[in-house]
This record gives sequence, structure tokens and C-alpha cells, in this order.
Amino acid sequence: METFLGLDYPTLWFLVVGALFSGYGILDGFDLGAGAMHLFIKEDRNRRIALNAVGPVWDGNEVWLVIGGGTLFAGFPVFYATLFSAMYIPFMLFIMFIILRAISIEFRSKEEMKWWRTMWDVSYSISSGMIAFLLGVVLGNVLKGFPLDENYEAINPHLTMFLNPFSILVGLTTLALMMMHGAIYLTLKTEGKLFDKVVKMLEKCMIGFIVMFGVLSVFTLIFQPHLAERFKDHPSLFFLPLTAILAIANIPRLARKKKYMQAFIFSSLTFSLLLILVAVQLYPNLLIASNDPNNSITIYNAAASQKGLGLMLTIAAIGTPLVLAYTFIVYKVFWGRVKLDEHSY
Amino acid sequence: MDVEILSRIQFAFTVSFHYIYPPLSIGIGLMLVISEGLFLKTKDQRYEVLTRFWVKIFALTFGIGVATGIVMEFEFGTNWATYSRYVGDIFGSALAAEGIFAFALESSFLGILLFGWNKVSPRVHFMSTVGVFFGSMFSAIWIVVANSWQQTPAGYKIVGEGMEARAEITDFWEMVFNPSSVERILHVWVGAFLAGAFLFISVHAYYLVRERHQDISKLGIKLGLIAATFFSFVQLFLGHMSADGVAENQPAKLAAFEGHYYTDHSADLYLFGWVDQESKEVYGVKVPGGLAFLTQFNFDGKVEGLDAFPEDEIPTQINAVFQFYHLMVGIGMMLIGLSVVGSFYWFRGTLFKQKWLLWVFVFAVILPQLANQFGWFAAEMGRQPWVVYGLLRTSDALSKAVQADQVLFSLVMFTFIYTLLFILFIYLLNKKIKHGPSDTHLMDHRPHQQGINDFFSE
Repeated sequence: METFLGLDYPTLWFLVVGALFSGYGILDGFDLGAGAMHLFIKEDRNRRIALNAVGPVWDGNEVWLVIGGGTLFAGFPVFYATLFSAMYIPFMLFIMFIILRAISIEFRSKEEMKWWRTMWDVSYSISSGMIAFLLGVVLGNVLKGFPLDENYEAINPHLTMFLNPFSILVGLTTLALMMMHGAIYLTLKTEGKLFDKVVKMLEKCMIGFIVMFGVLSVFTLIFQPHLAERFKDHPSLFFLPLTAILAIANIPRLARKKKYMQAFIFSSLTFSLLLILVAVQLYPNLLIASNDPNNSITIYNAAASQKGLGLMLTIAAIGTPLVLAYTFIVYKVFWGRVKLDEHSY
Repeated sequence: MDVEILSRIQFAFTVSFHYIYPPLSIGIGLMLVISEGLFLKTKDQRYEVLTRFWVKIFALTFGIGVATGIVMEFEFGTNWATYSRYVGDIFGSALAAEGIFAFALESSFLGILLFGWNKVSPRVHFMSTVGVFFGSMFSAIWIVVANSWQQTPAGYKIVGEGMEARAEITDFWEMVFNPSSVERILHVWVGAFLAGAFLFISVHAYYLVRERHQDISKLGIKLGLIAATFFSFVQLFLGHMSADGVAENQPAKLAAFEGHYYTDHSADLYLFGWVDQESKEVYGVKVPGGLAFLTQFNFDGKVEGLDAFPEDEIPTQINAVFQFYHLMVGIGMMLIGLSVVGSFYWFRGTLFKQKWLLWVFVFAVILPQLANQFGWFAAEMGRQPWVVYGLLRTSDALSKAVQADQVLFSLVMFTFIYTLLFILFIYLLNKKIKHGPSDTHLMDHRPHQQGINDFFSE
């Protein structure tokens, strides 16, 4: 098997996909989170500011989902096919909310009528929250695993298979993390009374996330112990969850000191660290067959060909600096607090 | 109904709906680059008003295009899992390249294009417009490459058998430049330019008949007419190239296009007609031997008929394929006619007095849209029963884990949400057009932000 820097291609691609989803979580995470708390912001002007804080960047952020999905498809087609067809309903709902959200952002401020704006505010907020929640639900199902046959197809995935206590908890935790992340983002984008309000909301969001994170951790240890095995077998890996907990604990500390930019960096770090935990736990599996471990989908039996992976690594190596450069330029242009003008939503 | 037909309906519906928007984005993108470029060159403020107005329309089509585009990417996995496993190695790299090289470019600079007027210098803004336009063109390249590979697979080998069979990539450039990609990319691009140009013409023709924004609209209609005339002729040539490609690479599809059942009969070219699938006869107006002439420059040439292929390897809906193909060609001819008539009156200097023609232009916006849709219908239905030509059947490409009730649920959901979306789109498009270009922003109040300019000039 071909290697690069001592890692085989499927492992490298596993890291690429992980990095992309981590990037997606950090970027779309703040605009989804800001969207989910939209209804708690009162008054039209404030809502417009909150909306325009994400206005110029949400589309670019969503591109990371398209790229992440594309790389998953490209790198691990077997996994992509099995996961998406088994999680048919959550993915379809996910798409519906993605569309609803895009419409809501685009249409909300196009009319003055109060009912019109309220209607789109509600749909923007709910769809943002549901997208975050469903992402977590799917992740929860991946972590939990489900029955697979020898062709790596899901066995009888019934309509409500995706709804189980563990996945719902992961969904709620994801939502809470994104809301906290979004609240921190809004502190960077607002001023005056709205800023004070956002600071208060941030406090609640932080409490919410820490509680959810705690509940999920305890639930996992009791009901999904297989998710902690890797760490029991390799005690040296314990520094990872420890780092994650320290990073999370650091967020309220920085927020209290009003160092919001640093808090944003640490909540971004939280996304990456939690995904690293997921990756360490799964590797080299992608989807564990709960009926028979031999049917589990791994990065090796799900991967595209060596040639294909090598090609795509080249594409990624050329493309990534470009994507980072675009992202950098756009954020540089829109740096600073929101001022509404005639081009705003 | 079974999973196969439901999944096919759903994919056809979602992809057709999506395809209203990307061609508009590419086409309006071209017009934006032209008009903003002219503004920078001539400093004529009318071009700036024109650009600012069309950026608003662009935003609307682009946003819906993005939102409805993610659907297809997901559907490959949800509805066509076997297909995804089969083509993942090939299709995946094209999709990954699209995301990284095209989509990231367009979506990032879109922010500056829409909201950056007061934040960056005119030059940087123009660069963003060009970036978005190029991004959308690149996007088309990779998507059409992936689709063309399904029509004319190349640069691959088949590994494994039965359910385990996969196409593996052996040569990236052979895959990218498979026998049909170049001509199909060009054909799709120009179809998109025509969609944009005719929307441009339609809106400005509307203002002229309503006697509003006349200064801007005379300019706009001229820009649109130049593009429409040039590209409608180019499309005639590119369409012919595409058909030649089909004749060479997918003879069964070509036979379906013309309802050509028997190899030893004269290969006729129909202007319009009706295929009786029972009696295998075509009724209509034809140029005898025309098909043979177009593909071989010989009226007596032999063209493989549908009888040259096994019954289960040709499309079942011959008449539909025939009709969609002919409608596309017919509309293409109408676009040439309309552009020529418009240009003729422009040179006579009486274009703006021809109220009837302006009214025709107002409604002609629908024509390139229909041609784009029908062209794809013909291309995709003509490929049946294959999803990957000659390799994988559509009926084998489904998700094994998905049941009919699930697909029915999502189909109902899409019908509902797309109806809502379409109504809103038309409503807002109408509102933006009624509102028109606003002249109050003529003054350039852009603070030439130091930071970003230094960044670009370094």
C-alpha cells in the first residue's frame, strides 16, 4: 500500500475528511448557532444586525459542507453510500432545513410587513437549530453503529432507527455547542445594548453546553462503553479528553474577562478536539456493525482505489491553500462590527 | 409505485428544478463581468447602475442555486447508494475538484460581490465579480465532466463482480477529457450564457415598453443582444458538435433522437414529428437522408438504427426522447431568429420603436430555459436504461436499504418546498424588476479601504 509521510492513503484521507468536517463545524457552527438563538433576540433592528453578522459569510461556510460531503463520497464511497441510504430520513430533513434556511435569510428583510418578517425569523431560527441537531443525530448514529450485512449494507433500517436516546443526546449537545459558539461570534459583531444582551445569552449558552456535555459523557460511559475502550486500552491517550475538558473550561473564564476573540478561538478548538476524540475512537473503523464486527465498515474496505486517493490528495494539496486564501480575504474585508447599509439583508 | 420509479422521479424533479438557477447565475455572471468591466474602462455611471441592479438579481438566483444543489450531492448517497459505490472513485474526484476549485471560489467572493460595495475599491470589487463568474464556470466543468463520464466512460477499469463491481480510475486526464466532455461543457456554458442574455434582454425590454429606466435599458438591451446573437450562432455549431459526438459514442441515443428504428432504412432528419412506438413509425416533416448527411456528409449513408441494439439496451421512451431533442433544437433556431431580428432593427436604428418585438423579448426569457431543460431530458433519457452507459443499469443503481414509503415522503416534501420556493422566487424577482435600478446610488461613496487595497497591491 502506498504511503506518504509514513501514513497510508486511507489514513491520510481519513485525516483530510476529519479536518474538513472540523473546519465545517467551526465555520458553519457559528452561523447555525447564531441562527438558532435568533428568536431570543428581540426588535427588528437587532435581528437584522444578527442576521447581517452572518450574512456575507454563511454561504461560504456552507461550502465546507459541500466539500466535506464531496471528500467523504470521493474517499470512502462505500461508507457514504451506506450511511446516507440508512439515514435517509434525517438527511432528507437536513436538506429541507438547509433550503428553508437559505430562503429565510434571503427573503426575511425583503418586505416590511411584521407577519412576513416574524414568519421568516421563526423558520430561520428553527431550521438553523434543526440542522445543528440533525448533524449531531447522524454523528451519534455513526458512533453507536447499526447492523450491517456482509455487503456493508444496513439491515432493515426502519423509519425511526435514527432516533435513539444516545443520538438525540449527541444532537442536543451539538446544538448547544453551536449556540455557544454562535453567541461568542455575535459578541464580536455587535455593540451597545444588543451586545449586553448577547453577553447575557452567552452565559446561558455556556451553562447549557457544559450541562449537555456532562450528561452526554456520563450517558456514554454507562450505555455506550465501547466508545471509551480505546482510551482504556491506551491510557496515554487520556490527555486528549483532558485537553478537551480544559479547552471547554477555558471558555467561560475568557468570557468573564471579556476576551471574546480568545473565547472564540477556544470554542473553535473545542470542535476540533471533540472531533479528534471521535476520530481516535473510531479509527480505523468508520461505521461499526453492531451485529457482527466483521461487517464493520473501515477506512480500508470503504476506501476508493489507491490511484484515486492519491489523485485526490494532490487536488486537496493544490486546492486547500486557495480555499484558505479566499476565506482569509473575505473575513478580512468584513472584519469588525456590523453596520447596516443599503446592501444588507 | 416502486423505489426505482419514485427515486427517478425525485432525482429528475430536484435536478430540473436546480437547473433553472445555475445557468442563470453563469449567464448573469457573464453580463455582470461585461457591464462592470465597461464601467471600470469607460467610467460611464450608467454601467455601474446596470451592474448594481443585476447583482441584486444575481444574488437571488445564486442563493437558490446553492441551496438546491446540495440536494443532488446527498441524493447520490441516499437514493443511489449502489451507484455511489460503483462510481465513487471517479465521480468523487470530480465532485471534490468542483468543491475545492470552483465552489469555494464563487461562494467566497460572492460575499464581496453582494455586500462589499462600500468596503473595497471598484477594482477589487470587479475582481470579485470575475472570481464568482469563473467559479461558476469551473463548477459547470466538473459537473459536466462527471456526467459525461456516465455517457462515455473513459480512464477506468472495472474491479470485482456483481454487487461488488466498481469502476476504478486509471487515468485522471483520460477521465476528465472523456470523449464527450469538451463538447458538452461548451454546449452547457453557451446554453447558460443564452439564459442570462435573454433574461437581460427580457427585463430591459419590459422597461422600454413601460417607458421606465430608458437610458439604462437601451444600454442593457444592446449588451444582451450582442451576447444573444453571438452565442446563439455559436450554439448552433456546438450543438452540431455534440450531436456528432453522440453519433460516434452513443449510437443508440442518436437513433432515439430521430426515432430511427431500422439500420437499412434511409436515415432521415425530422424537423418535427411523432414517434409511434407500437408500429415503430415516425410521422412528421423530414429531410430524407438528413441524419446521414449531418453525421457523414452523405445522404445515402447508413446510420445504425434502434434494431441494431438488444431490446433491453435502448430507451423505452423513444417518443419522449425524440420530442425533447427536437424541441431543444427548434428553440435554438428560434433564439437565432429572435437575435437576428433584434439586431436588424438595432442597425436600422428603430429597435426601440418596435413595441411588438420588445413584447416578444419580454416573454422570450422562457425559451433558453426550456431549451436547457429539454436538452438535458433528451441527454439523460436517451442514455437509459443505463446510468453509466453500457456498464451500470439504472435499475441496479438504487439504494438497497431504502423503501418506497421513505422516497414517497421525501418526494412529497420536495414538491411542497420547491413549490413554495418557486412562488417566492417569482414574487421577489418580479418585485426587484418592478422596483428597478435605483439611481440614488450613483454617487460613489466607497471608502477606499486601505487595508484590503494594500493587501492586493503588495
